[in-house]
Amino acid sequence: MSKTDFLTLKGVDKRFAVKDGELSVLENISLNIRQGEFISIVGGSGCGKSTLLRLLVGLEEASAGHLLLDGEPIRGTDPERGIVFQDHRLYPWLSVEDNVLLALANSPLSPAERLDTVHRHLELVGLKNFTRAYPAQLSGGMSQRVAIARGLVNRPKILLLDEPFGALDALTRAQLQEELARIWLAEGITTVLVTHDVDEAVLLGDRVVVMEPRPGRIKRIVEIDPPHPRRREDYRLAELRNDILQDFSQHQASPLLHPQHEQRAFRSYAMAW
Amino acid sequence: MTDLAKRFPFLQRRPDLRGAVVPAGLVLLWWLATALQWVDTKIVASPPAVLDAFWQAAVGGELWHNLGASLQRNLTGFVVGGLIGLAFGTLLGLSRLAERLVGPTFHAAKQIALFAWIPLLSAWFGFGEPAKVAFIALAVFYPVALNSFEGIRATRVELYEVARVLGLSRTQRLFKLVLPSAAPAIFTGLHLGLIYAWLATIGAEYFFSAGPGIGNTMIDGREHFEMDQVLYGLVVVGAVGLLLNRLAAWIETRTLAWRVRPH
Repeated sequence: MSKTDFLTLKGVDKRFAVKDGELSVLENISLNIRQGEFISIVGGSGCGKSTLLRLLVGLEEASAGHLLLDGEPIRGTDPERGIVFQDHRLYPWLSVEDNVLLALANSPLSPAERLDTVHRHLELVGLKNFTRAYPAQLSGGMSQRVAIARGLVNRPKILLLDEPFGALDALTRAQLQEELARIWLAEGITTVLVTHDVDEAVLLGDRVVVMEPRPGRIKRIVEIDPPHPRRREDYRLAELRNDILQDFSQHQASPLLHPQHEQRAFRSYAMAW
Repeated sequence: MTDLAKRFPFLQRRPDLRGAVVPAGLVLLWWLATALQWVDTKIVASPPAVLDAFWQAAVGGELWHNLGASLQRNLTGFVVGGLIGLAFGTLLGLSRLAERLVGPTFHAAKQIALFAWIPLLSAWFGFGEPAKVAFIALAVFYPVALNSFEGIRATRVELYEVARVLGLSRTQRLFKLVLPSAAPAIFTGLHLGLIYAWLATIGAEYFFSAGPGIGNTMIDGREHFEMDQVLYGLVVVGAVGLLLNRLAAWIETRTLAWRVRPH
């Protein structure tokens, strides 16, 4: 039987230092996730849902509380925790194949086994004919498929998805949601999806964690009972979605400061003669 | 330009020839000016005289001897200055400490005009070949160091996070992320370095002691008042500069193929 406390968060707080004092982004987050479960975390801007995912992947450290994966505390990043970001974050100078291969840079597999693994995962996301293409040649949906393959190729214990379809058009998004459901069913990997799309959260999740902002807290956890594979037009899903949407109609979420990284453009230099 | 193209249909078929219209016109003007005695041919040699001087030098071998000497010191200076510049820029880009320690000095030193270094260089390296190579290397060093530094600093934080998530080591980050990401900027620096190296090569031949070199060909020509020799030297210097520039651009597009956006 799968473990009920495979991924555990206990009293997790996250505060960021700001100009005058501290900003509390997450407060007292406690959650138990079963092995193989699909958890959706939904909330408006500023509810700290992306920060929560950054804690899980190890890019940020909790200010208080514990995060345990399979009994081990989460410290720093580790290939046993894979992530897909909203922007695909592929390396533009590497081909599709090499981007996924990069995730296996320190794998114990032989070069031939690595390549084989990469090809299997590209096939899983339906891109086996695009191995030699560069990211600039791909559409947004295709890039995100590559990012999913890169997140999965290490066979991580958990897969973290940070609004992975947020930047895609509605049709591509719907298509990728269905593919994600198929991949998750086939691979049985524990998955945490962060999204602001309630439909998406309900369609994919075994449970939906509803968060509220300032500071980010868990408002409630909703069990999504229809069995997988699900149909988008399922009446019960619509009912659950309407129920969750009630939570958001009361308070209007407004954007909160979010670490934005500047991209500096190159300058070329003339010089004094 | 479109009017011109309409009037001369061959320019429409070969748009690359449009750029040759002005130089061809200038040569024609030059020819007319000398042929019709608008100018003194002692001061401005005629195109046939220049062509003849060029031909004599090419057949006699001194053109190749001089050009070879210039290209060799150009290349040596470029390699020395390029390697030091790349290493220096990379170090400054990777290490905050190095930037804090050496950065201000470097940024101040780059304001010094290159020619202002000549007295110091001649004191250190004399007036011979080492001084010339050092001068060229210095000209290459600045653009290469600056652009590598800026390119490395511009590595996107988002991509750096990916490297952390994938558990890449420091060496892997350098070769898989930082250097490829900085490659376009580094190429810009090397490209500029190549142009400056050639300018500095001719400059070095002027400022340091005489010896074989295409710049010296021109100096000799002036001293003996042989304007045909000065002018063919000028044309060769320009042509070599153009070729080096084309070569750099070609290598750049080949190496940075990932930047192409088809459709």
